[in-house]
This record gives sequence, structure tokens and C-alpha cells, in this order.
Amino acid sequence: MPEVDCDVVVVGSGPGGAAAAHTLTEAGRTVIVLEKGRNHLLATEPPYGPLGHLSNDELKFTRRHFLGPDPLLEPRTFRRDASDGDHLEVGDVNALPCTVGGGGVHADGKLPRFREPDFRAYTEAGPVEGAEVVDWPVTYAELEPFYMEAERLIGVAGAAGANPFASWRSGPYPMPPGPAMYVAVCTTEAAARLGYHPYPAPTGANSVPYDGRPACNDCGFCAFYGCPIEAKGDPVAPLRRMLASGRGRLRPEAHVTDVLMAPGGRSVRGVRYLDAHRREHVVTARAVVLAAGAFETPRLLLRWGLGNPDVVGRYLMVHVQTLVLGIFADRLHTHRGRAVTHLMDDPIVGDAGTAAAARDAGLPWLRGGIVEFGGAAGPVMEALQLPPGPAHSAGMLTSALRDRLAVLTMQGEDLPQPTNRLDLDPRVRDVFGFPAGRVTYAPHRHELVTAAHWAPRLEAVLRDAGAQHTFWVTSPPMPGAPNDRPGMRAPQSRHLMGTARMGTDPATSVFDPHQRCWGIENLVCCDSSVFPTSTGYGPTLTLVALAIRAARGLATSL
Amino acid sequence: MTERRSFRYFDDADWEVVAAACDRLIPPVDGHPGGRALGCADYIDALLGAFTEDPPRIWAGGPFSGRAGGVAAFERFLPLGPLETLAWRTRIEGSRGLPEREWNGPVRGWQEVYAEGLAALGSDFCTCDPDTQDRRLDAAPEFKALLYTHACEAAYGAPEYGGNRDCAGWTAIGFPGDTQPRGYTPDEVRGRA
Repeated sequence: MPEVDCDVVVVGSGPGGAAAAHTLTEAGRTVIVLEKGRNHLLATEPPYGPLGHLSNDELKFTRRHFLGPDPLLEPRTFRRDASDGDHLEVGDVNALPCTVGGGGVHADGKLPRFREPDFRAYTEAGPVEGAEVVDWPVTYAELEPFYMEAERLIGVAGAAGANPFASWRSGPYPMPPGPAMYVAVCTTEAAARLGYHPYPAPTGANSVPYDGRPACNDCGFCAFYGCPIEAKGDPVAPLRRMLASGRGRLRPEAHVTDVLMAPGGRSVRGVRYLDAHRREHVVTARAVVLAAGAFETPRLLLRWGLGNPDVVGRYLMVHVQTLVLGIFADRLHTHRGRAVTHLMDDPIVGDAGTAAAARDAGLPWLRGGIVEFGGAAGPVMEALQLPPGPAHSAGMLTSALRDRLAVLTMQGEDLPQPTNRLDLDPRVRDVFGFPAGRVTYAPHRHELVTAAHWAPRLEAVLRDAGAQHTFWVTSPPMPGAPNDRPGMRAPQSRHLMGTARMGTDPATSVFDPHQRCWGIENLVCCDSSVFPTSTGYGPTLTLVALAIRAARGLATSL
Repeated sequence: MTERRSFRYFDDADWEVVAAACDRLIPPVDGHPGGRALGCADYIDALLGAFTEDPPRIWAGGPFSGRAGGVAAFERFLPLGPLETLAWRTRIEGSRGLPEREWNGPVRGWQEVYAEGLAALGSDFCTCDPDTQDRRLDAAPEFKALLYTHACEAAYGAPEYGGNRDCAGWTAIGFPGDTQPRGYTPDEVRGRA
């Protein structure tokens, strides 16, 4: 065996890469994690404490690209289809954080599991014309122990049995749920009155002290913000464990450029990267884990010409978001709490009304997504929604768009279509001169019909809760809707999936059921690129469970 | 009149025009001090002159401001990395024909937009009647949009960035601002009041 720098080099330090790195070091392997973004999360020297960079600061986190990617340095491009030309939008497209900890830093930590039927999407629900709905190459039963492990590693607060539609679980949540937000109390009571089934959201924020980190104090700066007190476990917990093992190292500001191939092209031997001063470095390893996210992982594979070329980048899925808004007479103080404290699965499971709507639309079925019971964002965001002039000051004082606003967000299932894809923009470059990633995306009719079916039903929930006015929008916008205008057409969802799907057939997938690249067994993917379908649930817990499973398999094989 | 507190970029005359323009975009009304009194011009002065200090005034420090307990640290701005410095200098100053800033072509900087916008408003802007001021702002739509974006950030962002003077923006709208390390009690989260 030739001398190497480490057993495994991991590209990306988000929830997937962090979980993989922890799992590998726990199994005795040595790991180097390369992260192209800055480190604001934790010291890389003992005792690996917080750096004190994270704060309750709306400007830093929502206006000044603190967590990256900076759209000047790393522009991304978007178009709906080829008739839009090379691209329609340039810059800030799906800006999932590019920083140590990745999307786990900015997420508000809603961490639901998928359900058993989600892993058998084709068998359970059947095909839809224009999409390639498939079964997963892994079952819920196979993944369940890794779900348990992921929940313990991150620290998930939840209530077993509270969601009547949840699949079985082999043990309790590590912590009970934290306090419900007032807005969720009002709106979930209404939902229950109308026959729906809201439940406390499984959340990766401590409700009690856990794993050496304090309980969340509900500061209200949760979604979009890093946690100043480390009450959010994802991904501080796995990264700190990885570092404390003595077998793992973390190198921020390391921009991976090339993969080192063994002669014959059947295995990889490491990667090359540029640091922030554009100096070149090489890391050699026995295996490479790709965990750069479903935007950057396929971008690297396309640049390197690796993976099934008919599939890499295709089947890009987001969650089609239906935002149902209600303005209330009284203030709801949605700035107190963890952004969203309750979910419901009713639009995933469906009912007689959903089945009728599908029939009317000529579709075999409709599946929406979890509904998040939340409120609005901060006052700068509110201000920017208002027009300048007297309406600004009056609007800010009455705060119909923030302090009196309830928001039910449905994260609608997005069907996998081969035409929705990530590829390389022909003209736009990143600061290093590499082609920018380009999203070509248009929702399937299923997604639009599902949104139009559920939005009025969710408006009824808000009216029952006491809302004076209700309205709804989707992202991406419905064609012809008020938000169907320049700058608004790319999906706002940060849930990106499917761009290097795994499967049992090398002809129709990029990674095998253990997330090893077909034909290059020591190249493993540990992010949501491998998802065959999107489901209606947030992807993070599932991608972490998959990362633990894949990394354990990899550790055994080395 | 609002006294100037930030002296990093504008001369006094330009600062006065920016302050007056911000008062048209965020006008004072009963219960709301308006853009001038909130120090929007100071915020913009600190942003356009961010690189007159080291570290530049781009990312405030943390974890706490001291307003809700803990040691006040927002005022200790965080250093930028080499790439972030490149991005923010380019965004603020423009690419100025420098090859290292033009990997996707020329970039128009905010300083340039402000210089042209202030010229369009005119040096007599502060003495014009409100209708004339509004017409001049409307006649410079690119500048007006950028000024409004910055004014909104100034009015309701953390005061360490130069605006939201004495937290009066937050007080006016009933927003408590940053709350760490105190946070909220479970009763404050759940309860109606």
C-alpha cells in the first residue's frame, strides 16, 4: 500500500460530510475534511470551542453573505429551459451555505424522518408521465438504525407517537420537544379543528442540555442564522467528535479542483485543492468522500468527467414551496422561538379530496409535503417588502408582514425529471476560473396542481385561526403569478436533491446502493445528490443517516 | 437636526443629501423617527468607507452585543479572508478595470452608483420642497433602489453598523433586536402577550 496523507479525504463539511468524517474516525480511520468556505463554527485546535463569530445579526447573515457563497465569487446561474438562452438569472441561485458546517449552520434544524412508503415511491404510488419515479435501493427498515444514530449524534428533540403518520421507530427521541411558539399554538389548534394532524417538529436544537451543549433559549434567530450558543447540534456535534478523536483534521478555505485517478481510472487516490491564496495542495487518500451538496457534487463530477454521463446532474429536485400567509389583528411575536415548532404530514398522506383533485387534473396521484407552522423573518426583510415613502413607515409600525403574519409553508414533493438538471454554464465563471454551476429547472404539472389544491385548504386553516386576510404564493412561481418576474423565478428552496442518483442499475444511476460510484468503488457520495426521489420531507436527517451507513461500509472496506 | 457620527466616506454636503433622501424613503411619522434621525446616512458612510478600517466594517463580531447580557462584541468587526476582501472591495469600489476583479467582466461598484446618484439629486437637494425631492429620486431609479435597500438595512439592522441609532428603529416597530444570551422564557415563547 503506498504512503497516503489519510485514509479518507472528505470534500465538504456540511451535515453529510461531518457525519461521514465522524463515523470514519470513530471506526479508527484517519480523515481530512476539506471545506471551501470559511470557518465560523468551531476551533480546529483543542478544546475545539466556539469561535464567537455567530450572532443574532440580520445584516451579517441575510444581507452580507456571511455563510457564503458570495454571489460575486461563486455565481450560480438559472434558466427554466433552453428557450431562456444560456441563463435567465446569475448570482444568488440556491445559496445553500458554503462554510464549515454547510447547510446545517443556517438551517432551523427541522429533522423529520421519511416514512416507509417513501422508499418505495414507484411500488407504492406508481409512475407519472414525464417523470421517472423510482424505488430507493434502500428500505426504511435498513435505514432505521442509522436514523436512530443520526438523531442521537445531532441531538433531536421530538415526541414519538405525536405524528400519527410517522413510520415505526426502535427507540425514543433523545430529548422531548421544546416550547411551542404562540403562532404555532394558534394555527395548529385550528388545523386540528379542521381534521388535520399537526405535531411538534423533530428539531435539532436542544430542549435540555445535551452532549455538553446548552438548551436552546429560543432567541428567535434560528432559520438563516448560526447558533451563538451551540444549541443546534448539526453539525457542531459530529465535527467536534471527529476533531477530538485525534484522527480527523479540518481544513477550511480549501477549494477542491481535481481528483487524482489511479492508472486505469478504476479508483481515486486523493484530490488537489487551492487555498484562499490560490496555492495548490495535494491530499492523497485511500478513498474520497464527496459531500459538497447536490449542487457542487455534480458540478465536480461533470468537471472531472466521472460518473455515468447520462445521469450526472439530471433529476435535480427541490421542494416546491407553497407559502400560505395570514395577517392577524394581534401581534404573534414570531421572533420568539425556533422559527417553526410544528409540522403536519397530511398533504403527504392525502385524503379523498386530494384523490379527487388528482383525478380532475388527469394525474394518477398528488403528494405534497410537510407543512411548517411558522411566521415571518426579521425586520430588514420586512422593510424590503414594503415600498419606499409613507407606506414604509406606516407598514413597519403596524407590521402586517412580520409581527402579525403567520406562514404555513408546504415543502411539496418534486418529481424527478431528467430535463431538470445541473450542468456547467457556458460563459459564467467562479473566481478561480471554473465554469459556474447552472440550474435548468421547471416544475412538473404534479407540483403545480398539488400547490393549487393545498393552498386554499391551508388558507382555511389560517382563517379558522383568526387571520383577517390570507393569500399564497409558490416558489418557483406559478406561470403568470405576481411573483413570476425577473429575479424571482429560480426556486427559493435550499433543499436540493437527486443530481447523482443512486440505484441498483449502473445504466440508470451514478452511485450504487452503498453510495459508491459505479466503476470507482472508493469514490463515495454522502450528500442528497444520491436521493432517487425528493419526498415531502426536509432532506437533512435522511442524508445524515445515509452518510453514517455509507461511511461505516467504507470504513470496513479500507 | 441629526448630527453626523460616521466620517469615513462622504463629505458633509453629500452626507446631508443622503440623509435628506433617506428621510423621503423612510419618512418620519408619529411613532417612527424616519431615515435621517435613524442615522441611515451614517450606515451608508460606514459601508462605502468600510475599507478605511482594518478589519473592514463588513461583518460585525459576536457572539453578543451586550444589550441582552454577555460581553459586548459586535463592535469588534471580523477579519475578511483574501477572497472575501476581493469580493467586498469589488462590490463597493467597482472593478475599475482591474483584471483580478473582472473574471466575469466589469462590475459597477456602489461608490460609482452613489456618485452618479448624488449628482442626479443635485447639490441643492436639501433645500428643495418634498415633491421636487421625490421627483429627482424617481428620475434616478437605479440609485433610488440601492439607496432604499441600504436605508432599510440601516434602519432595522444592528446599530453597530452605523444606523438604527440608539436602537430607535427597533423600538419604533416593537422589535427587541438581538436577544442572546438571554433569549426568551418558555412562557414568553408560548404565551399570547
